[in-house]
Order: sequence, then C-alpha cells, then structure tokens
Amino acid sequence: MSEAPLYSAAGDTEAVLAAPGLRVSRTRPLARFAFRGDPAAAGKAGAAFGASLPMTPLAANRVSARAALWLGPDEWLLLAADETAAAIAVGMATALADAPHALVDVSERNVALLVEGEGAERLLNTQVFLDLDPAAFPVGMATRTLFAKAEIILWRLGDEAFAVECWRSFAPYIEGLLVEGARGL
Amino acid sequence: MLLIQCPYCAVERPELEFRYGGEAHIARPESPSELTDEQWADFLYMRSNPKGVMAERWRHVHGCGRFFNALRDTVSDRFLAVYKAGEPRPDIEAPEPTAPNKETGR
Repeated sequence: MSEAPLYSAAGDTEAVLAAPGLRVSRTRPLARFAFRGDPAAAGKAGAAFGASLPMTPLAANRVSARAALWLGPDEWLLLAADETAAAIAVGMATALADAPHALVDVSERNVALLVEGEGAERLLNTQVFLDLDPAAFPVGMATRTLFAKAEIILWRLGDEAFAVECWRSFAPYIEGLLVEGARGL
Repeated sequence: MLLIQCPYCAVERPELEFRYGGEAHIARPESPSELTDEQWADFLYMRSNPKGVMAERWRHVHGCGRFFNALRDTVSDRFLAVYKAGEPRPDIEAPEPTAPNKETGR
C-alpha cells in the first residue's frame, strides 16, 4: 500500500535497496514545517493548512497530498507535496496572525525514506527498538524515535509500508544501516 | 533495558529515548540575592539521594520532547508512577519486595 501521493508520484523515487519483498527508496522533496503552538493555534493552523492537526498522541492526519503528524503536546510536523513551502507559509501566517505560534520551514532539513514490503518491519527492527507489530504500531501511527543513533520520525503508511523522516545529514548513515541490515534478513 | 511510560505519549518506550533530569520538585528560590551562600549552595547542590522511592525528572528527548516526573524505587530500579510536570507527587510508598512480574519480567 504505497498509495502516497504525498511521498511519491509515479517514478520520482530513487531506489536505495530492492530485494525480494523489500524496497527502500528516497522520496521527492516536500514542503515541511515544524509547527509549535497551543491547541487553539493548532486548530487554526489545521484549518489554514488543509489537514487538521491531530490532538491524539502519536496520531497522523493525512488529507491527499498533505499531512500533519503529532510529535508532542504542542508540536507537529506538517508535510505538503502540492505547494511550495513559501506559499504555504504566507497563507498560514495570515490565518495565525493573532495566535502565538512558531512555524519553521524545515523542508531542507528533512528527507524521507520509504521502507516497503513484507520484510519492512523486520528490516526496521534491525535498528528501531519499538514493537512494530500492527497491534502495537497500527497503520497511521507516527512517532519520533531512534534509528540506531539517529533520531527519526517513523510513520506507518500501510501494513507493509513505513516512512522514515530524518535529518538529511543522517540519511547516508540510515541508508547504509538499512542496506547492511537487509543482508542479514 | 528499562521500559518507561511517557505520560504525554501514553506509551511505554525503551530507556534509550529518555534523558534523566535529576531530582524533581526542587523550586528555584524566588529571590536568590536574598539567600545566604549556604542556602544557595543547598539549592544548587544538595539532593536527597534516598534509598527507596525517589521523585525525579525525566525527559522524553527522542519522543515528544517533554519533561515529566517519575517515582522510582532506587533499590529495585522499578518505576512506581509517572506524572506530568506540574502535577503533585503521588503518595506512593515503596512496595514490599516481590517476585518479578510475570507479564513484564520486571
């Protein structure tokens, strides 16, 4: 279920690893924002952004090519594939003019890897120490955690599909460990 | 590895996602300039270091990023309670030593 109009349109991912039942790919650039604010500001931000900011811990809300991921009680990651970051920032700044908040463009800071296939859980579990069983980590759950020594945001897109958001300088480290880990599966 | 419940995320996570933040419920004096050196040193350095139940701060640094407080038994290293920053300390005594929990093995 790699339905992502968010992360990948046809043919614009770049394969890092392709093995039977396993595929890791780099995704296209997205507009990304780190949003911080109280629930009132988050409500307004969701209305302006087009995908409401989830108030439930570890939840993610995806509306076509946009998504809002809960990272903390006052912190969200916003993703958008259909507009430039500058255009989104202008629209949101207008809507949030009277609500204290921080909206930081982190489009250039983060990159995302898609980890897909029946071996995705096992491959991620070579370095991620969370229980990725669907009962404990259902589709739609998103969380900040560690991948070996690198901080990532792990988001389950489908039964056998995960997005790994990481800082771009950590991406070669994570890709290397994924390729290494896949050899041992 | 210790599993720690985060009161903000409402899930148990491995200890690696957390940072220890020292003893909890130590309020900074309102007007430090009026304190004697001894009182100020007491605030800065003196901690209770109990053998038994201790209230301490933890930060879910590789998760939601929030500080929270926890009651931990320093004898058994078991977490007895976690609660959000700003909430009062739960009134919990150290439990009698028991066999490890069959479900969690702790």
